[in-house]
Amino acid sequence: MSETKKVIMLGNEAIARGAYEAGVKVSAAYPGTPSTEISEYLVQYKDDLYCEWSPNEKVATEVAIGASVAGVRAMSCMKHVGFNVAADPAYTVSYMGVNGGLVIVVADDPGLYSSQNEQDTRMVARAAQLPVLEPSDSSEAKEFMKQAFELSERFDRPFVFRTTTRLAHSQGVVELGWRKEVKDRPYEKDIRKTVMMPANAKLRHIEIEKRNLELAEAADTLSVNRMEMNDTKIGVITSGIPYQYVKEALPEASVLKLGMVNPLPKKLIEEFASKVETLYIVEELDPVIEEQVRSWGIKAVGKEIFTVQGEYSANMIRRAVLGEELNIKTPAQVPVRPPILCPGCPHRSVYYAVRKLGLHVAGDIGCYTLGAVAPLSVVDTTICMGASISSLHGMEKAKGKEYIKNWVAAIGDSTFLHTGINSLMNMVYNNATGTVLILDNSTTGMTGHQDHAATGRTLQGDLAPAIDISGLCRAIGVKNVFEVNAFDLEALERVIKEETARDEVSVIITKTPCVLLSKEKKPLYTAHADLCKKCGMCMKPGCPAMTRREDGTIRIDDTMCTGCGLCKDLCKFGAIELVKAGDR
Amino acid sequence: MAVKNIMIVGVGGQGTLLTSRILGGLATAGGYDVKLSEVHGMAQRGGSVVTFVRYGGKVAEPIVEEGQADVLIAFERLEALRYAHFLKEDGVLIINDWRIDPIPVVIGAAEYPEGIIETLKKEHKVYTVNATEESKKLGNPRVFNLIVLGIAAQHMDFSTEEWYDVIERTVPQKTIEINKKAFDVGYHLVS
Repeated sequence: MSETKKVIMLGNEAIARGAYEAGVKVSAAYPGTPSTEISEYLVQYKDDLYCEWSPNEKVATEVAIGASVAGVRAMSCMKHVGFNVAADPAYTVSYMGVNGGLVIVVADDPGLYSSQNEQDTRMVARAAQLPVLEPSDSSEAKEFMKQAFELSERFDRPFVFRTTTRLAHSQGVVELGWRKEVKDRPYEKDIRKTVMMPANAKLRHIEIEKRNLELAEAADTLSVNRMEMNDTKIGVITSGIPYQYVKEALPEASVLKLGMVNPLPKKLIEEFASKVETLYIVEELDPVIEEQVRSWGIKAVGKEIFTVQGEYSANMIRRAVLGEELNIKTPAQVPVRPPILCPGCPHRSVYYAVRKLGLHVAGDIGCYTLGAVAPLSVVDTTICMGASISSLHGMEKAKGKEYIKNWVAAIGDSTFLHTGINSLMNMVYNNATGTVLILDNSTTGMTGHQDHAATGRTLQGDLAPAIDISGLCRAIGVKNVFEVNAFDLEALERVIKEETARDEVSVIITKTPCVLLSKEKKPLYTAHADLCKKCGMCMKPGCPAMTRREDGTIRIDDTMCTGCGLCKDLCKFGAIELVKAGDR
Repeated sequence: MAVKNIMIVGVGGQGTLLTSRILGGLATAGGYDVKLSEVHGMAQRGGSVVTFVRYGGKVAEPIVEEGQADVLIAFERLEALRYAHFLKEDGVLIINDWRIDPIPVVIGAAEYPEGIIETLKKEHKVYTVNATEESKKLGNPRVFNLIVLGIAAQHMDFSTEEWYDVIERTVPQKTIEINKKAFDVGYHLVS
């Protein structure tokens, strides 16, 4: 690859490239939309750096901290809610500072494309007193990553690198640079900086307050913060993706574009505010910049005209700032198309059995969250990674053993290893009753098929010992552990019925790979109109490949069917037939 | 050059990502500033998906907003209807004449609208093709998106060489020939 050429890159790809060019030596992450692809792109540079999938974001961040202490540039990557999992090390490494540069990449999800909440990482970072850089496009994503490592080492601060879905999953033109070979910094034992016990941490707190002040002062002149003076009637302070919307909507306005959103460049902001007639602050999600700017006695217009929810757009800014009536046609009223489980998904079969038994489901984070929507509608709760098992336990302790026999917890293999294992230990330890379904599809599904500790392969493609999930459950003291094929409805119903009746902890592992994993030729089924009694049994699991013809008989879409055979098993009239055998 | 706004809409899993990347690669090779915006994660699982491609002299935002699309490529009829208000007055709408029922329709909670293409033709310049059936004739129903793209190419300013070039660079090695064939079918289709 020629190293001076311009290429088009996804935001996440540019972040990976920036890390590579910055001389990063260690990266650790847990997949989470919209951050996942950073690691998937980073692995192409594995000759020059090490990168891994860790079981969760706390572990990943601690891996990165270790590498930084050892003297190399290191990073961890996660989605916004993953930063909550990593909060424990993040808050304290803030006190420690760094040896090798340390960057925690955190991707927010305004608009909740693929998340359970809309939290603003800048708030978390402020609470942890961590400085934050935020780019506005792919090109900046790459350059700011390099800056983040430079600044991290210069000011002895770990940096948060904040992106959002729109930046992470947009492509833009990037100019490639060379990798900077950064010499390892020597490790010198200094427990005042690396052992965070009270006496040391107390002094470090004083030290980092000082460092943050220095950084805030430097922020006034850092190149990542930029004043673009134009017409002074309207002045806008903005950062990240909203900067692009401002440029579209208000091309004449003066703009103070912030690349560092914590700490804020106070002097620069004061100077900018004094030059413009009306000052607007345009930031998606929380009024993080606005509240600080107002606390300095500067008048500004912000969240009274801009929402704290969802993504912004140029049209939205035109309406809010210019009061423009936009001539936009009303969208047609059409049926919604929510995401659903794929045709042939093993979760559909498991949920069908659970629904048939009339059980409630304490759910978790993954594709199987989609069991909450019609027609399956089996999932009762979804909170955060691992919460299915622990909330099931809480219900049992609240309402008793008999009550919990109407419930199961459902959690995926990757999510189980992320944090679910802790919750299961808790059930065993506290003499719980309850049945846990581990929907083991041999991958991290929703984020697009990443390996994990039970798949036998690492991010770098090396073979690895695969954790035996049933063995692991037994080892921590679960006596009743069963493995069932997700498409064996009879066995599935029997074992769930038996185990939910038991006064103990049971784990049922439904072991069938994600249908999208295999590249083998899939079988194909067809529905014969002359045999179809229109009873609708085969439609109950809600497979999107099944539709009704005008006369009410069933039709199977041959471009979507993956040949799982669930519909055939449910048809009592032999109307569904295998027409093409597959490789399975 | 004024920024050209293209949208690709469809159902998660239909290959909108690959199509937008072909367009992105095409515009980059043409020396334009390019931005495109994709959908990953949960929404990819059979949901309604939309990707944006913008290219020209200088592109700021990576999304196309309501009333701004020059070309709207729809891989499914209902999705064409859902996003038609994103078109400019003189925008071009290219529809794969194919139906995929969304879950509310599958379970009988909603009706799939009748006469979508006729409705849209009243207000827009509409070109349709049953690309899914056409691609089955080529032996691979998954290359239908290249047929649709071939029609879109009739309304864009790139040469066939440029299209072939980007197809070769973007699709998996083994499928280059069939994808080029599919593109040709669309490119020479009079609709």
